[in-house]
Amino acid sequence: MSQSTAPALQITQLTKEYDDGFVALKGIDLNVAEGDFFALLGPNGAGKSTTIGIICSLVRKTAGSVTIFGHDIDADFSSAKQFIGVVPQEFNFNQFEKPIDILVNQAGYYGIPAKIAAERAEKYLIQLGLWDKAHVPSRTLSGGMKRRLMIARALIHEPRLLVLDEPTAGVDIELRRSMWEFLQAINEQGTTIILTTHYLEEAESLCRNVAIIDHGQIVQNTSIRELISQLSKETFILDTREALSSCPEVEGYPLKQVDTNTLEVDVDKAQSINALFTALTAQAIDVVSMRNKTNRLEELFFDLVAKNLKEKANG
Amino acid sequence: MDNRQKWIAFTTIVRREVHRFMRIWPQTLVPPVITIVLYFVIFGQLIGSRIGEMAGLPYIQFVAPGLIMMSVITNSYSNVVSSFYGSKFQRNIEELLVSPTPNWIILLGYVAGGMSRGLGVGALVTLLSLYFADFSLHSLPVTIGIVLMTSLMFSLAGLINAVFANSFDDISIIPTFVLTPLIYLGGVFYSIDLLGDFWGSVSLINPILYMVNAFRYGMVGITDINIAWSFAMVGMFSALLFFVALNLLEKGSRLRS
Repeated sequence: MSQSTAPALQITQLTKEYDDGFVALKGIDLNVAEGDFFALLGPNGAGKSTTIGIICSLVRKTAGSVTIFGHDIDADFSSAKQFIGVVPQEFNFNQFEKPIDILVNQAGYYGIPAKIAAERAEKYLIQLGLWDKAHVPSRTLSGGMKRRLMIARALIHEPRLLVLDEPTAGVDIELRRSMWEFLQAINEQGTTIILTTHYLEEAESLCRNVAIIDHGQIVQNTSIRELISQLSKETFILDTREALSSCPEVEGYPLKQVDTNTLEVDVDKAQSINALFTALTAQAIDVVSMRNKTNRLEELFFDLVAKNLKEKANG
Repeated sequence: MDNRQKWIAFTTIVRREVHRFMRIWPQTLVPPVITIVLYFVIFGQLIGSRIGEMAGLPYIQFVAPGLIMMSVITNSYSNVVSSFYGSKFQRNIEELLVSPTPNWIILLGYVAGGMSRGLGVGALVTLLSLYFADFSLHSLPVTIGIVLMTSLMFSLAGLINAVFANSFDDISIIPTFVLTPLIYLGGVFYSIDLLGDFWGSVSLINPILYMVNAFRYGMVGITDINIAWSFAMVGMFSALLFFVALNLLEKGSRLRS
Protein backbone atom coordinates (compact mmCIF):
# COMPACT_ATOMS: atom_id res chain seq x y z
CA MET A 1 0.00 0.00 0.00
CA SER A 2 1.54 3.30 -0.97
CA GLN A 3 1.75 6.05 1.60
CA SER A 4 -0.01 8.55 -0.61
CA THR A 5 -3.21 6.51 -0.94
CA ALA A 6 -3.36 4.93 2.52
CA PRO A 7 -5.51 6.72 5.07
CA ALA A 8 -3.67 8.50 7.85
CA LEU A 9 -5.47 6.23 10.30
CA GLN A 10 -7.45 3.10 9.64
CA ILE A 11 -9.09 1.30 12.53
CA THR A 12 -10.86 -1.99 11.88
CA GLN A 13 -13.01 -3.85 14.39
CA LEU A 14 -11.01 -2.49 17.29
CA THR A 15 -11.94 -4.10 20.59
CA LYS A 16 -10.57 -3.54 24.06
CA GLU A 17 -11.54 -5.55 27.10
CA TYR A 18 -9.66 -4.62 30.29
CA ASP A 19 -8.52 -7.23 32.82
CA ASP A 20 -11.49 -6.44 35.07
CA GLY A 21 -13.86 -7.41 32.25
CA PHE A 22 -14.84 -3.85 31.28
CA VAL A 23 -15.26 -3.61 27.51
CA ALA A 24 -14.08 -0.13 26.56
CA LEU A 25 -14.27 -0.59 22.78
CA LYS A 26 -16.76 -2.85 21.02
CA GLY A 27 -15.34 -3.39 17.54
CA ILE A 28 -15.08 0.16 16.22
CA ASP A 29 -14.20 1.07 12.63
CA LEU A 30 -12.73 4.46 11.79
CA ASN A 31 -10.94 6.01 8.83
CA VAL A 32 -9.18 9.35 8.89
CA ALA A 33 -7.95 10.67 5.55
CA GLU A 34 -4.53 12.25 5.12
CA GLY A 35 -4.65 16.01 5.74
CA ASP A 36 -7.90 15.84 7.69
CA PHE A 37 -8.62 17.73 10.90
CA PHE A 38 -10.71 15.15 12.70
CA ALA A 39 -12.60 15.31 16.00
CA LEU A 40 -13.25 12.30 18.19
CA LEU A 41 -15.99 13.27 20.58
CA GLY A 42 -17.71 11.45 23.38
CA PRO A 43 -18.69 11.70 27.04
CA ASN A 44 -16.30 10.66 29.81
CA GLY A 45 -15.59 6.91 29.72
CA ALA A 46 -16.85 6.58 26.14
CA GLY A 47 -13.59 5.06 24.86
CA LYS A 48 -11.78 8.09 23.37
CA SER A 49 -8.62 7.83 25.45
CA THR A 50 -8.56 4.03 25.09
CA THR A 51 -8.68 4.45 21.31
CA ILE A 52 -5.83 6.95 21.39
CA GLY A 53 -3.90 4.75 23.84
CA ILE A 54 -4.11 1.84 21.39
CA ILE A 55 -3.12 4.01 18.42
CA CYS A 56 0.05 5.12 20.19
CA SER A 57 0.64 1.65 21.72
CA LEU A 58 0.24 2.59 25.39
CA VAL A 59 -2.83 0.36 25.59
CA ARG A 60 -2.87 -3.21 24.30
CA LYS A 61 -5.83 -4.00 22.06
CA THR A 62 -7.87 -7.16 22.51
CA ALA A 63 -8.80 -7.54 18.82
CA GLY A 64 -8.87 -5.64 15.56
CA SER A 65 -6.25 -3.74 13.64
CA VAL A 66 -4.81 -0.24 13.45
CA THR A 67 -2.74 1.10 10.58
CA ILE A 68 -0.99 4.47 10.37
CA PHE A 69 -0.47 5.52 6.73
CA GLY A 70 -0.74 1.84 5.81
CA HIS A 71 1.71 0.60 8.47
CA ASP A 72 0.25 -1.87 10.95
CA ILE A 73 1.04 -0.90 14.55
CA ASP A 74 1.87 -4.53 15.39
CA ALA A 75 3.57 -5.89 12.27
CA ASP A 76 5.42 -2.68 11.37
CA PHE A 77 5.51 -0.80 14.66
CA SER A 78 8.74 1.05 13.95
CA SER A 79 7.42 2.76 10.80
CA ALA A 80 3.97 3.30 12.27
CA LYS A 81 5.42 5.08 15.30
CA GLN A 82 7.62 7.33 13.14
CA PHE A 83 4.45 8.74 11.56
CA ILE A 84 2.55 9.54 14.72
CA GLY A 85 2.93 12.18 17.43
CA VAL A 86 0.82 12.08 20.57
CA VAL A 87 -0.21 14.77 23.04
CA PRO A 88 -1.75 12.95 26.01
CA GLN A 89 -4.36 14.31 28.38
CA GLU A 90 -2.15 14.13 31.49
CA PHE A 91 1.28 15.72 31.85
CA ASN A 92 3.75 12.92 31.26
CA PHE A 93 7.20 14.47 31.14
CA ASN A 94 9.93 14.53 33.74
CA GLN A 95 9.12 17.59 35.82
CA PHE A 96 12.78 17.94 36.85
CA GLU A 97 14.09 18.18 33.28
CA LYS A 98 14.30 21.37 31.27
CA PRO A 99 12.01 21.80 28.22
CA ILE A 100 15.01 21.88 25.87
CA ASP A 101 16.30 18.58 27.27
CA ILE A 102 12.85 16.98 27.10
CA LEU A 103 12.58 17.84 23.40
CA VAL A 104 16.14 16.88 22.45
CA ASN A 105 15.83 13.56 24.30
CA GLN A 106 12.49 12.83 22.65
CA ALA A 107 14.09 13.46 19.25
CA GLY A 108 16.86 11.04 20.22
CA TYR A 109 14.30 8.29 20.88
CA TYR A 110 13.29 8.68 17.23
CA GLY A 111 16.89 8.39 16.07
CA ILE A 112 17.26 12.08 15.19
CA PRO A 113 20.88 13.32 15.44
CA ALA A 114 21.59 15.79 18.25
CA LYS A 115 22.31 18.78 15.98
CA ILE A 116 19.02 18.48 14.10
CA ALA A 117 17.21 17.76 17.39
CA ALA A 118 18.56 20.98 18.93
CA GLU A 119 17.52 23.04 15.87
CA ARG A 120 14.02 21.59 15.89
CA ALA A 121 13.67 22.02 19.65
CA GLU A 122 14.51 25.69 19.30
CA LYS A 123 12.08 26.05 16.38
CA TYR A 124 9.11 24.49 18.19
CA LEU A 125 9.83 26.18 21.51
CA ILE A 126 9.85 29.54 19.70
CA GLN A 127 6.68 28.71 17.73
CA LEU A 128 4.87 27.72 20.90
CA GLY A 129 6.10 30.71 22.90
CA LEU A 130 8.30 28.72 25.26
CA TRP A 131 11.80 29.69 24.19
CA ASP A 132 12.35 31.94 27.21
CA LYS A 133 11.51 28.92 29.41
CA ALA A 134 13.75 26.49 27.54
CA HIS A 135 16.31 26.21 30.32
CA VAL A 136 14.16 26.25 33.46
CA PRO A 137 12.92 23.08 35.21
CA SER A 138 9.66 22.14 33.55
CA ARG A 139 7.88 21.85 36.91
CA THR A 140 8.02 25.65 37.13
CA LEU A 141 5.94 26.09 33.95
CA SER A 142 2.27 27.07 34.14
CA GLY A 143 -0.42 24.56 33.12
CA GLY A 144 -0.81 26.14 29.68
CA MET A 145 2.96 26.14 29.12
CA LYS A 146 3.18 22.46 30.09
CA ARG A 147 0.47 21.65 27.58
CA ARG A 148 2.32 23.56 24.85
CA LEU A 149 5.51 21.76 25.83
CA MET A 150 3.76 18.45 25.19
CA ILE A 151 2.66 19.69 21.76
CA ALA A 152 6.25 20.70 20.95
CA ARG A 153 7.47 17.29 22.13
CA ALA A 154 4.90 15.50 19.95
CA LEU A 155 6.07 17.49 16.90
CA ILE A 156 9.82 17.10 17.41
CA HIS A 157 10.06 14.14 15.00
CA GLU A 158 7.75 15.95 12.55
CA PRO A 159 5.00 13.32 12.42
CA ARG A 160 2.47 13.18 9.60
CA LEU A 161 -0.31 12.39 12.08
CA LEU A 162 -0.74 14.36 15.30
CA VAL A 163 -3.15 13.02 17.91
CA LEU A 164 -4.22 15.34 20.71
CA ASP A 165 -6.20 14.11 23.70
CA GLU A 166 -8.01 17.10 25.24
CA PRO A 167 -5.19 19.51 24.36
CA THR A 168 -6.87 22.66 25.66
CA ALA A 169 -8.30 21.27 28.91
CA GLY A 170 -7.68 23.82 31.66
CA VAL A 171 -6.22 26.37 29.25
CA ASP A 172 -7.51 29.96 29.33
CA ILE A 173 -9.48 31.32 26.38
CA GLU A 174 -6.71 33.50 24.96
CA LEU A 175 -4.21 30.67 25.02
CA ARG A 176 -6.76 28.25 23.62
CA ARG A 177 -7.29 30.55 20.63
CA SER A 178 -3.55 30.79 20.00
CA MET A 179 -3.26 26.99 20.19
CA TRP A 180 -6.10 26.67 17.69
CA GLU A 181 -4.27 28.99 15.29
CA PHE A 182 -1.08 26.97 15.71
CA LEU A 183 -2.89 23.67 15.06
CA GLN A 184 -4.69 25.12 12.03
CA ALA A 185 -1.35 26.30 10.65
CA ILE A 186 0.34 22.91 10.95
CA ASN A 187 -2.77 21.23 9.50
CA GLU A 188 -2.58 23.58 6.51
CA GLN A 189 1.06 22.55 6.10
CA GLY A 190 -0.12 18.94 5.66
CA THR A 191 -0.16 17.36 9.11
CA THR A 192 -3.23 15.25 9.74
CA ILE A 193 -4.74 16.05 13.14
CA ILE A 194 -7.03 13.99 15.33
CA LEU A 195 -8.44 15.77 18.35
CA THR A 196 -10.51 14.71 21.30
CA THR A 197 -12.10 17.52 23.20
CA HIS A 198 -14.84 18.38 25.63
CA TYR A 199 -15.08 21.84 24.09
CA LEU A 200 -17.46 21.13 21.25
CA GLU A 201 -16.99 24.67 20.01
CA GLU A 202 -13.37 23.64 19.47
CA ALA A 203 -14.39 20.73 17.24
CA GLU A 204 -16.84 22.91 15.31
CA SER A 205 -14.26 25.64 14.79
CA LEU A 206 -11.30 23.45 13.88
CA CYS A 207 -12.41 20.11 12.48
CA ARG A 208 -13.76 19.03 9.13
CA ASN A 209 -14.87 15.53 10.11
CA VAL A 210 -16.08 14.01 13.33
CA ALA A 211 -16.79 10.69 15.01
CA ILE A 212 -18.89 10.50 18.14
CA ILE A 213 -18.12 7.57 20.38
CA ASP A 214 -20.30 6.40 23.23
CA HIS A 215 -20.12 3.26 25.34
CA GLY A 216 -17.32 1.92 23.14
CA GLN A 217 -19.24 2.30 19.88
CA ILE A 218 -19.13 4.87 17.10
CA VAL A 219 -22.60 6.40 17.05
CA GLN A 220 -21.89 8.97 14.33
CA ASN A 221 -19.08 9.38 11.81
CA THR A 222 -19.51 12.18 9.31
CA SER A 223 -18.44 15.69 8.40
CA ILE A 224 -19.03 18.55 10.83
CA ARG A 225 -21.12 20.29 8.13
CA GLU A 226 -23.30 17.20 7.62
CA LEU A 227 -23.66 16.77 11.37
CA ILE A 228 -24.77 20.35 11.90
CA SER A 229 -27.19 20.07 8.99
CA GLN A 230 -28.99 17.40 11.04
CA LEU A 231 -30.04 20.06 13.53
CA SER A 232 -33.80 20.62 13.16
CA LYS A 233 -33.86 23.86 15.11
CA GLU A 234 -31.63 26.38 16.83
CA THR A 235 -32.20 28.56 19.86
CA PHE A 236 -31.18 32.20 19.55
CA ILE A 237 -30.75 34.92 22.16
CA LEU A 238 -31.75 38.40 20.99
CA ASP A 239 -30.61 41.56 22.78
CA THR A 240 -32.97 44.57 22.32
CA ARG A 241 -32.03 48.24 22.41
CA GLU A 242 -35.03 49.32 24.50
CA ALA A 243 -36.33 47.63 27.63
CA LEU A 244 -39.40 45.48 26.95
CA SER A 245 -42.45 45.83 29.16
CA SER A 246 -43.83 42.47 27.97
CA CYS A 247 -42.88 39.56 25.75
CA PRO A 248 -43.78 40.28 22.11
CA GLU A 249 -45.76 37.72 20.12
CA VAL A 250 -44.79 36.67 16.59
CA GLU A 251 -46.75 33.87 14.92
CA GLY A 252 -44.64 30.76 14.31
CA TYR A 253 -41.81 31.99 16.52
CA PRO A 254 -42.16 30.99 20.21
CA LEU A 255 -40.52 33.99 21.90
CA LYS A 256 -39.64 33.98 25.59
CA GLN A 257 -38.55 37.03 27.57
CA VAL A 258 -35.40 36.29 29.56
CA ASP A 259 -35.09 39.78 31.08
CA THR A 260 -36.07 43.34 30.16
CA ASN A 261 -33.63 43.53 27.21
CA THR A 262 -33.31 39.86 26.25
CA LEU A 263 -35.48 37.50 24.24
CA GLU A 264 -35.05 33.80 23.47
CA VAL A 265 -36.54 32.10 20.42
CA ASP A 266 -36.50 28.61 18.83
CA VAL A 267 -36.21 28.76 15.03
CA ASP A 268 -36.85 25.71 12.84
CA LYS A 269 -34.40 25.11 10.02
CA ALA A 270 -37.22 25.61 7.51
CA GLN A 271 -38.05 29.03 8.91
CA SER A 272 -36.49 32.35 7.94
CA ILE A 273 -34.90 34.53 10.55
CA ASN A 274 -35.59 37.55 8.34
CA ALA A 275 -39.33 37.07 8.87
CA LEU A 276 -38.78 37.20 12.62
CA PHE A 277 -36.83 40.44 12.36
CA THR A 278 -39.44 41.95 10.08
CA ALA A 279 -42.15 41.13 12.61
CA LEU A 280 -40.13 42.55 15.50
CA THR A 281 -39.34 45.72 13.54
CA ALA A 282 -43.06 46.15 12.89
CA GLN A 283 -43.55 46.10 16.67
CA ALA A 284 -40.83 48.82 17.04
CA ILE A 285 -38.44 46.40 18.67
CA ASP A 286 -34.83 47.09 17.69
CA VAL A 287 -32.54 44.00 18.00
CA VAL A 288 -28.93 45.06 18.56
CA SER A 289 -27.29 41.64 18.73
CA MET A 290 -28.01 37.94 18.32
CA ARG A 291 -26.19 34.73 19.37
CA ASN A 292 -26.75 30.99 19.69
CA LYS A 293 -28.02 29.98 23.13
CA THR A 294 -25.74 26.90 23.17
CA ASN A 295 -23.15 25.57 20.84
CA ARG A 296 -24.93 23.94 17.92
CA LEU A 297 -22.77 20.88 17.96
CA GLU A 298 -23.30 20.53 21.67
CA GLU A 299 -27.08 20.24 21.17
CA LEU A 300 -26.58 17.55 18.57
CA PHE A 301 -24.02 15.76 20.68
CA PHE A 302 -26.39 15.51 23.61
CA ASP A 303 -29.19 14.36 21.28
CA LEU A 304 -27.03 11.57 19.87
CA VAL A 305 -25.73 10.40 23.23
CA ALA A 306 -29.23 10.49 24.72
CA LYS A 307 -30.56 8.54 21.73
CA ASN A 308 -27.81 5.94 22.16
CA LEU A 309 -28.63 5.59 25.85
CA LYS A 310 -32.35 5.19 25.06
CA GLU A 311 -31.62 2.50 22.48
CA LYS A 312 -29.50 0.64 25.04
CA ALA A 313 -32.24 0.90 27.64
CA ASN A 314 -34.75 -0.54 25.15
CA GLY A 315 -32.40 -3.43 24.49
CA MET B 1 14.76 2.27 12.76
CA ASP B 2 18.12 1.60 11.16
CA ASN B 3 21.20 0.79 13.22
CA ARG B 4 22.36 4.42 13.32
CA GLN B 5 19.00 5.55 14.67
CA LYS B 6 19.07 2.76 17.26
CA TRP B 7 22.53 3.91 18.34
CA ILE B 8 21.26 7.49 18.70
CA ALA B 9 18.31 6.25 20.79
CA PHE B 10 20.64 4.17 22.98
CA THR B 11 23.11 7.00 23.57
CA THR B 12 20.23 9.38 24.30
CA ILE B 13 18.96 7.13 27.09
CA VAL B 14 22.47 6.63 28.51
CA ARG B 15 23.26 10.35 28.35
CA ARG B 16 19.97 11.18 30.06
CA GLU B 17 20.62 8.58 32.79
CA VAL B 18 24.16 9.83 33.44
CA HIS B 19 22.93 13.42 33.44
CA ARG B 20 20.25 12.43 35.99
CA PHE B 21 22.64 10.96 38.55
CA MET B 22 25.23 13.69 37.97
CA ARG B 23 22.56 16.38 38.45
CA ILE B 24 21.66 14.96 41.86
CA TRP B 25 25.24 14.04 42.82
CA PRO B 26 24.76 14.92 46.52
CA GLN B 27 22.17 12.11 46.61
CA THR B 28 23.85 9.65 44.28
CA LEU B 29 27.63 9.99 44.54
CA VAL B 30 28.43 11.49 47.94
CA PRO B 31 26.51 9.12 50.30
CA PRO B 32 28.09 5.88 49.02
CA VAL B 33 31.55 7.42 49.23
CA ILE B 34 30.97 8.61 52.83
CA THR B 35 29.54 5.22 53.80
CA ILE B 36 32.54 3.36 52.41
CA VAL B 37 35.00 5.73 54.08
CA LEU B 38 33.26 4.97 57.41
CA TYR B 39 33.55 1.25 56.70
CA PHE B 40 37.26 1.66 56.00
CA VAL B 41 37.84 3.71 59.13
CA ILE B 42 35.79 1.48 61.46
CA PHE B 43 36.29 -2.03 60.06
CA GLY B 44 39.63 -1.42 58.45
CA GLN B 45 41.51 0.85 60.83
CA LEU B 46 39.81 0.72 64.24
CA ILE B 47 38.44 -2.83 64.52
CA GLY B 48 40.52 -4.31 61.70
CA SER B 49 43.78 -3.65 63.49
CA ARG B 50 42.52 -5.78 66.41
CA ILE B 51 41.20 -8.58 64.17
CA GLY B 52 44.58 -9.23 62.65
CA GLU B 53 44.67 -11.37 59.50
CA MET B 54 41.82 -12.92 57.52
CA ALA B 55 42.67 -15.70 55.02
CA GLY B 56 46.32 -14.73 55.36
CA LEU B 57 45.79 -11.03 54.60
CA PRO B 58 45.67 -7.93 56.80
CA TYR B 59 41.94 -7.42 57.49
CA ILE B 60 41.73 -4.11 55.66
CA GLN B 61 43.15 -5.71 52.52
CA PHE B 62 40.70 -8.58 52.86
CA VAL B 63 37.68 -6.36 53.36
CA ALA B 64 38.47 -3.63 50.80
CA PRO B 65 37.54 -5.61 47.64
CA GLY B 66 34.23 -6.59 49.23
CA LEU B 67 33.47 -2.99 50.12
CA ILE B 68 34.24 -1.83 46.58
CA MET B 69 31.99 -4.56 45.23
CA MET B 70 29.26 -3.55 47.69
CA SER B 71 29.32 -0.02 46.24
CA VAL B 72 29.14 -1.33 42.70
CA ILE B 73 26.20 -3.60 43.52
CA THR B 74 24.10 -1.11 45.48
CA ASN B 75 24.69 1.80 43.11
CA SER B 76 24.05 -0.18 39.92
CA TYR B 77 20.83 -1.51 41.40
CA SER B 78 19.55 1.67 42.99
CA ASN B 79 20.24 3.82 39.92
CA VAL B 80 18.09 1.72 37.62
CA VAL B 81 15.34 0.96 40.13
CA SER B 82 14.89 4.60 41.13
CA SER B 83 15.23 6.03 37.63
CA PHE B 84 12.92 3.53 35.93
CA TYR B 85 10.34 3.64 38.70
CA GLY B 86 10.55 7.45 38.73
CA SER B 87 9.81 7.40 34.99
CA LYS B 88 6.84 5.12 35.61
CA PHE B 89 5.61 7.31 38.46
CA GLN B 90 5.82 10.54 36.45
CA ARG B 91 4.66 8.63 33.36
CA ASN B 92 7.54 9.99 31.28
CA ILE B 93 8.39 6.36 30.47
CA GLU B 94 5.60 6.88 27.91
CA GLU B 95 8.01 9.10 25.96
CA LEU B 96 9.97 5.95 25.19
CA LEU B 97 7.00 3.62 24.86
CA VAL B 98 5.37 5.72 22.10
CA SER B 99 8.66 6.03 20.22
CA PRO B 100 10.01 3.46 17.74
CA THR B 101 12.91 2.62 20.08
CA PRO B 102 12.96 -1.20 20.42
CA ASN B 103 12.53 -2.62 23.91
CA TRP B 104 16.01 -4.15 23.91
CA ILE B 105 17.50 -0.71 23.32
CA ILE B 106 15.44 0.71 26.20
CA LEU B 107 16.70 -2.12 28.41
CA LEU B 108 20.34 -1.68 27.38
CA GLY B 109 20.09 2.09 27.81
CA TYR B 110 18.84 1.89 31.39
CA VAL B 111 21.33 -0.87 32.21
CA ALA B 112 24.21 1.14 30.77
CA GLY B 113 23.08 4.10 32.89
CA GLY B 114 23.07 1.90 36.01
CA MET B 115 26.47 0.50 35.14
CA SER B 116 27.85 4.00 34.63
CA ARG B 117 26.90 4.96 38.18
CA GLY B 118 27.87 1.59 39.71
CA LEU B 119 31.28 1.59 38.04
CA GLY B 120 31.78 5.31 38.63
CA VAL B 121 31.15 4.98 42.37
CA GLY B 122 33.23 1.78 42.38
CA ALA B 123 36.14 3.72 40.83
CA LEU B 124 35.79 6.51 43.41
CA VAL B 125 35.76 4.00 46.26
CA THR B 126 38.76 2.18 44.80
CA LEU B 127 40.71 5.42 44.72
CA LEU B 128 39.74 6.09 48.35
CA SER B 129 40.71 2.56 49.39
CA LEU B 130 44.26 3.24 48.18
CA TYR B 131 44.53 5.72 51.02
CA PHE B 132 43.69 3.02 53.56
CA ALA B 133 45.29 -0.11 52.11
CA ASP B 134 48.07 -1.15 49.72
CA PHE B 135 47.11 -3.26 46.74
CA SER B 136 49.05 -4.94 43.99
CA LEU B 137 46.53 -5.91 41.35
CA HIS B 138 46.67 -9.70 40.96
CA SER B 139 44.67 -10.09 37.73
CA LEU B 140 43.33 -7.13 35.74
CA PRO B 141 41.10 -9.25 33.40
CA VAL B 142 39.43 -11.02 36.35
CA THR B 143 38.94 -7.74 38.23
CA ILE B 144 37.51 -5.85 35.26
CA GLY B 145 35.49 -8.83 33.99
CA ILE B 146 33.76 -9.58 37.27
CA VAL B 147 33.04 -5.98 38.16
CA LEU B 148 31.45 -5.37 34.73
CA MET B 149 29.32 -8.52 34.96
CA THR B 150 28.26 -7.75 38.52
CA SER B 151 27.24 -4.22 37.63
CA LEU B 152 25.34 -5.56 34.61
CA MET B 153 23.53 -8.17 36.69
CA PHE B 154 22.38 -5.78 39.40
CA SER B 155 21.35 -3.12 36.90
CA LEU B 156 19.11 -5.73 35.27
CA ALA B 157 17.74 -6.76 38.66
CA GLY B 158 17.00 -3.11 39.46
CA LEU B 159 14.96 -2.74 36.28
CA ILE B 160 12.89 -5.85 37.06
CA ASN B 161 12.22 -4.50 40.57
CA ALA B 162 11.12 -1.17 39.07
CA VAL B 163 8.73 -2.82 36.61
CA PHE B 164 6.93 -4.62 39.44
CA ALA B 165 7.03 -1.71 41.91
CA ASN B 166 3.77 0.08 42.61
CA SER B 167 5.11 2.59 45.13
CA PHE B 168 8.36 4.10 46.34
CA ASP B 169 8.19 1.64 49.25
CA ASP B 170 8.42 -1.22 46.76
CA ILE B 171 11.73 0.02 45.40
CA SER B 172 13.34 -0.01 48.86
CA ILE B 173 12.02 -3.41 50.02
CA ILE B 174 14.37 -5.53 47.89
CA PRO B 175 17.51 -3.46 48.65
CA THR B 176 16.73 -3.43 52.37
CA PHE B 177 15.46 -6.94 52.97
CA VAL B 178 17.20 -8.93 50.24
CA LEU B 179 20.21 -7.13 48.83
CA THR B 180 21.76 -5.86 52.07
CA PRO B 181 21.57 -9.24 53.88
CA LEU B 182 22.96 -11.03 50.81
CA ILE B 183 25.86 -8.55 50.62
CA TYR B 184 26.63 -8.81 54.36
CA LEU B 185 26.43 -12.61 54.18
CA GLY B 186 28.29 -12.73 50.87
CA GLY B 187 31.80 -12.88 52.27
CA VAL B 188 32.48 -9.15 52.25
CA PHE B 189 33.65 -9.11 55.88
CA TYR B 190 34.73 -12.72 56.43
CA SER B 191 35.97 -15.85 54.76
CA ILE B 192 33.31 -18.59 54.53
CA ASP B 193 35.88 -20.97 56.04
CA LEU B 194 34.87 -19.38 59.37
CA LEU B 195 31.29 -20.61 58.99
CA GLY B 196 31.92 -24.33 59.16
CA ASP B 197 30.68 -26.96 56.70
CA PHE B 198 26.93 -26.44 57.02
CA TRP B 199 26.70 -22.62 56.90
CA GLY B 200 29.58 -22.53 54.45
CA SER B 201 27.53 -24.74 52.11
CA VAL B 202 24.41 -22.63 52.66
CA SER B 203 26.44 -19.55 51.69
CA LEU B 204 27.09 -21.09 48.27
CA ILE B 205 23.52 -20.31 47.19
CA ASN B 206 24.27 -16.60 47.62
CA PRO B 207 25.30 -15.22 44.19
CA ILE B 208 27.07 -12.25 45.78
CA LEU B 209 29.58 -14.62 47.39
CA TYR B 210 30.83 -15.56 43.90
CA MET B 211 31.18 -11.95 42.80
CA VAL B 212 32.98 -10.80 45.93
CA ASN B 213 35.38 -13.72 45.85
CA ALA B 214 36.17 -13.36 42.17
CA PHE B 215 36.79 -9.64 42.63
CA ARG B 216 38.94 -10.29 45.70
CA TYR B 217 40.90 -12.82 43.68
CA GLY B 218 41.44 -10.26 40.93
CA MET B 219 42.71 -7.70 43.41
CA VAL B 220 44.66 -9.67 46.01
CA GLY B 221 44.81 -13.22 44.66
CA ILE B 222 42.80 -15.14 47.27
CA THR B 223 39.35 -16.71 46.96
CA ASP B 224 37.03 -19.19 48.70
CA ILE B 225 35.39 -20.11 45.39
CA ASN B 226 36.58 -21.44 42.02
CA ILE B 227 36.94 -18.38 39.74
CA ALA B 228 35.63 -20.06 36.59
CA TRP B 229 32.58 -21.14 38.54
CA SER B 230 32.12 -17.57 39.77
CA PHE B 231 32.08 -16.21 36.20
CA ALA B 232 29.73 -18.98 35.11
CA MET B 233 27.30 -18.20 37.95
CA VAL B 234 27.30 -14.44 37.34
CA GLY B 235 27.00 -14.96 33.58
CA MET B 236 24.12 -17.36 34.03
CA PHE B 237 22.24 -15.04 36.40
CA SER B 238 22.84 -12.05 34.11
CA ALA B 239 21.52 -13.91 31.07
CA LEU B 240 18.47 -15.05 33.01
CA LEU B 241 17.73 -11.55 34.30
CA PHE B 242 18.26 -10.05 30.83
CA PHE B 243 15.62 -12.31 29.30
CA VAL B 244 13.19 -11.78 32.18
CA ALA B 245 13.59 -7.99 31.93
CA LEU B 246 13.24 -8.01 28.13
CA ASN B 247 10.18 -10.22 28.34
CA LEU B 248 8.56 -7.82 30.82
CA LEU B 249 9.19 -4.89 28.49
CA GLU B 250 7.96 -6.81 25.44
CA LYS B 251 4.75 -7.76 27.24
CA GLY B 252 4.43 -4.23 28.58
CA SER B 253 3.83 -5.61 32.06
CA ARG B 254 2.67 -2.79 34.36
CA LEU B 255 3.66 -0.32 31.65
CA ARG B 256 0.88 -0.66 29.08
CA SER B 257 -2.73 -1.26 30.16
